[in-house]
Amino acid sequence: MSPELGRFALSLACVFALAQTILPLIGAQRRDRRLMTLAPGLALGQLVALAASFLCLVNAAITNDFSVSNILENSAVAKPLLYKITGVWGNHEGSILLWAMILGICGAAVAAFGRNLPSALKARVLAVLGGVAAGFELFCLTTSDPFDRVWPAPLDGQGMNPLLQDPGLAFHPPILYTGYVGFAVPFAFAIAALIEGRVDAAWGRWVRPWAVAAWAFLTCGIALGSWWSYYVLGWGGYWFWDPVENASLIPWLSGTALMHSAVVVEKREALKIWTVLLAIGTFSFSLSGTFLVRSGILNSVHAFAQDPARGIFILGLLGLVIGGSLVLFAWRAPALTAGGLFAPVSREGALVLNNILLCSLCAVVLTGTMYPPFMSLLFGKTISVGKPFFDAATIPLAIPLFAFMGFGPMLPWKRAQLWPVLRRLWVAALITLVAFGINLWGLSGVLPVLCATFAVWVIASSATDIASRIALFRVPLSQSLQRARSLPRSAFGAALAHAGVGVTVLGLAAMSQAQHRIVEVHVGQTERLAGYDWTLTGVKTEPGPNYTAMVATIEIRHNGHIVTVMHPSKRSFNSQNQTTTEVSIHTNGLSDLYGVIGDRHGPAANPTYVLRLHYNPLAPWMWFGALIMAMGGALSLSDRRMRVGAPRRAPLPDAVAAE
Amino acid sequence: MKRKTRRLWLVIACVGALGGAAALTLSAFSSNIQLFMTPSQIDAKPPPADRTVRLGGMVVAGSVKQERKGDTPINRFEVTDGQSAVTVSFEGILPDLFREGQSVVAVGSMVPGGGFVASEVLAKHDETYMPKEVAEALQKSGKWDPKFGPPPNAASWNAMTQKEASAAVQGK
Repeated sequence: MSPELGRFALSLACVFALAQTILPLIGAQRRDRRLMTLAPGLALGQLVALAASFLCLVNAAITNDFSVSNILENSAVAKPLLYKITGVWGNHEGSILLWAMILGICGAAVAAFGRNLPSALKARVLAVLGGVAAGFELFCLTTSDPFDRVWPAPLDGQGMNPLLQDPGLAFHPPILYTGYVGFAVPFAFAIAALIEGRVDAAWGRWVRPWAVAAWAFLTCGIALGSWWSYYVLGWGGYWFWDPVENASLIPWLSGTALMHSAVVVEKREALKIWTVLLAIGTFSFSLSGTFLVRSGILNSVHAFAQDPARGIFILGLLGLVIGGSLVLFAWRAPALTAGGLFAPVSREGALVLNNILLCSLCAVVLTGTMYPPFMSLLFGKTISVGKPFFDAATIPLAIPLFAFMGFGPMLPWKRAQLWPVLRRLWVAALITLVAFGINLWGLSGVLPVLCATFAVWVIASSATDIASRIALFRVPLSQSLQRARSLPRSAFGAALAHAGVGVTVLGLAAMSQAQHRIVEVHVGQTERLAGYDWTLTGVKTEPGPNYTAMVATIEIRHNGHIVTVMHPSKRSFNSQNQTTTEVSIHTNGLSDLYGVIGDRHGPAANPTYVLRLHYNPLAPWMWFGALIMAMGGALSLSDRRMRVGAPRRAPLPDAVAAE
Repeated sequence: MKRKTRRLWLVIACVGALGGAAALTLSAFSSNIQLFMTPSQIDAKPPPADRTVRLGGMVVAGSVKQERKGDTPINRFEVTDGQSAVTVSFEGILPDLFREGQSVVAVGSMVPGGGFVASEVLAKHDETYMPKEVAEALQKSGKWDPKFGPPPNAASWNAMTQKEASAAVQGK
């Protein structure tokens, strides 16, 4: 029965979502309090129904209900419990349901935390969120029903791709989706503001925490995905500039811009129209990115053609959401009062520069991703662009961004003098100069040297920013600590996030110097790479639960001292005629030693083995930096000013009666 | 500062950044685009040695050979679209999903006298899936019409004419 209950709950959620869209909108338009106050209750009801539906699907997966075709196609009795649960969102239907549920959680969060929002704005925000949710629930019900049954029910399922049975990938989609879906909230605020015709400082303050939270989740999700591909795929790479990855990077770039421009709205009541456009754009990118890629339109028209109904629904939904909001923007944006222009040398000037550079980067990545499918669609020419293109086009834009990141946060609002700020940064500049010297000696290539140097500059100037705010070394230490305590947490959060960018970029720059060797060796043979001696001491065959593994033992020595013994392996899965590579990684925080075993060749008596050995300097820093960025976002969110004490908005003259 | 000057600064910054981005994109496009080519296209008009291309087709069954140059392993295999075949050499470990008789994309360049030297071999797909580029190339060469079911065994292509191929597929 449970799958039918799940489908019923999903239908119920869809009805709730439709009601959540229509009733509060009418209420807000007519200033009818009763209709407006329905919105939070409907949002909570929708979440409960979605959660029930999701639990039904999880239950079907745990109890091996192979009469459900989605479970049949993606699960098997022998699969471990963890992957039975996470496998629920490892396929198209389940991931759409997860997407809808996270959107439901966002709506319920706005309903619960948005107590100090004006009732009309809150009603409209929830209505927009309800509308988007209704679209996805309808999509789920009509074209990709996760609860579809098959008859007769087979005894065992078809199993899951062994590559996907990995803890990193199990939690990557929910975190990434939370990031994508989280940008629905700023989007809803933007649409509500357009309907209302009003954007002010209070609006900026309400939008900012949602943008920061979504951004932090997206950062973690991207880092987790990159880490997964590093240690599972076994190519030694961490980012392949593949359309799926770019689809997450594009909203990350525009979301970062949104997070910064919302600050200008809040503090200076400027950049209002631009911020609304960014909010619309960021959510449109998250939406189209995931769905175009998942539905296979971007990669291959092939997958798209398999189910035309699905593709047409997705295109229709995207057209409605993106087209509709842009039309609304074109119609209503002129009604928003434009903010004043401001001095180029000021905090807001620096934030504008940040936005211009981030959006240019975003445009470059978007062009590189969309150009090949357009070329094949319009001219029938099959081309592809890869790492060389993106490296050449993005790094020269990123370097000025890092350079300005250093002193932007130290410029005061309104009107600033460049010289006093630069004078405060002399220590950071000195450190950067020393780093430049070290980089020149240690790194090869112009771009890696520049990137690493400016990464150090970003970290050093972020530290300087905090140090100068608490007057470190200028006043007694106890007084500095007291100042630190009274400094808003969002200041620490921003500095931490900037430093995180620096750490990630240092990792990326160092990784451009990674070394690797592919060798074919006998047991007992020693190879040298990056100052280490790698000896293959033995290879044995070990049986696993549903595979046989060929496990190598590699001893790594440095100047005769043993550093580590690693056991990379190659698994052959009996059932699916598949092999997977189990990488072995030894890290000391500064570099990774990375070993992969390939094929066995030659006579059985004296075989040779293909090994791939990598030396990856500062590799862990790339993901560690992303974690620091997300922690900076979390620290900002914990700032009291983000939650309470938002400036009270002056009521609209004609709204007084209704309030 | 006057309002006009401030606006001018903003315009200069926008135009500078976007112009820079456009210039970078165009210059990167002109030197870094990889064309997709089929073995028969490469046979007809080999690309210059400094040009990286993506060669796509099916791995001819029985053509995969392992060689050793010093301590470096080299894989050699033939890629075909049914009309001609190109010998690919690749230094490294072939991906887990690489199989004889299945589709593959090799990224690399033609080396004079050395055939196609791949720096990367992509075989991301399972046995029922074929990259769109490869499927199109097969259809163009007339060796396979998706209307008549799965593609014929790659090992037999070089020997077959178009008529035989469709007869073989229809007979299945």
